[in-house]
Amino acid sequence: MQLAKVFIHFKDGVLDPQGTAVKASLLNSGYEAIKDLRAGKLFEIKLDTDNKSDAEALVKQICEKLLVNPVIEDYEFEILEA
Amino acid sequence: MKCAVIRFPGTSGDRDCYHVLSNVLGESAEYIFHKDTFSGKDFDLIVLPGGASYGDYLRPGALAASSNVITSIKEAAKLGKIILGIGNGFQILMEAGLLPGTVMPNRHLKFYCDDIYVRVENNETPFTNLFKTGEVLRLPLSCGKGNYFADKETLEKLTSNNNMVLTYCDKNGNIIDEANPVGSMKNIAGIVNERGNILGMMPHPERCTEEILKNTDGRRVFESVLRYIKGGLVHGK
Repeated sequence: MQLAKVFIHFKDGVLDPQGTAVKASLLNSGYEAIKDLRAGKLFEIKLDTDNKSDAEALVKQICEKLLVNPVIEDYEFEILEA
Repeated sequence: MKCAVIRFPGTSGDRDCYHVLSNVLGESAEYIFHKDTFSGKDFDLIVLPGGASYGDYLRPGALAASSNVITSIKEAAKLGKIILGIGNGFQILMEAGLLPGTVMPNRHLKFYCDDIYVRVENNETPFTNLFKTGEVLRLPLSCGKGNYFADKETLEKLTSNNNMVLTYCDKNGNIIDEANPVGSMKNIAGIVNERGNILGMMPHPERCTEEILKNTDGRRVFESVLRYIKGGLVHGK
């Protein structure tokens, strides 16, 4: 079994209203060290395969098919032994 | 005119659309469930109503875009059938790749629910042939993620092909940022595909088609389609 962790975030240059709001709220709470904050999504996917490169190919396919909207989002993932 | 109204789990504008098509226009309308399929030839007009399909999980329209019925809708799109996506229906069409671009959360992060003004930018479409170019309509808007976003190339293409059909404006028709309720690029409220047979729009024309609702500005969107289907495209004056 392999565990894929897929991290999806907005592309550079795409405004992130949620991140902006969270940042404003933290600044308002006194965390002045915050210079930038971007929100993203994390998916943990268990895959019924022992082959890491199979898992990678599958995850890439899943991302392109559904999880990621290439107009506004980029993604990275890692595959771990589950 | 034979019309299909598509229902996904979480669709909420289906009965309004059905009512407008069957009772206001007096045409034949049928509900189609998302698990079902149909032949592209079966309908003249396919409406994807608004709502929050699949609870807007992942991204609005993303999960609906991979349901069975989308295969049929794509087939109908290829045949040049008329497809209208309203609100969430617009989002589904973008996620399905039938219209370019996507939506972001509204710029002030608020769910926007009020009447807005839009200007008809192109009346040479099946959806707007009863309007004049430059005409201002008052339509209800109801969305949390209606902030149209596309890359520069797509925006240039939309502009040069005259595919921006509706833009947010003030009541005198001025396209200004203050009249943009959601922050969408170029004040976009509605676009058509290159072929012109698919329209996606964020405001809700089906909610203002009868005198009793004190606004009938949305009615001509449906009547334009009817006119197109029955007699071919006739441009407005």
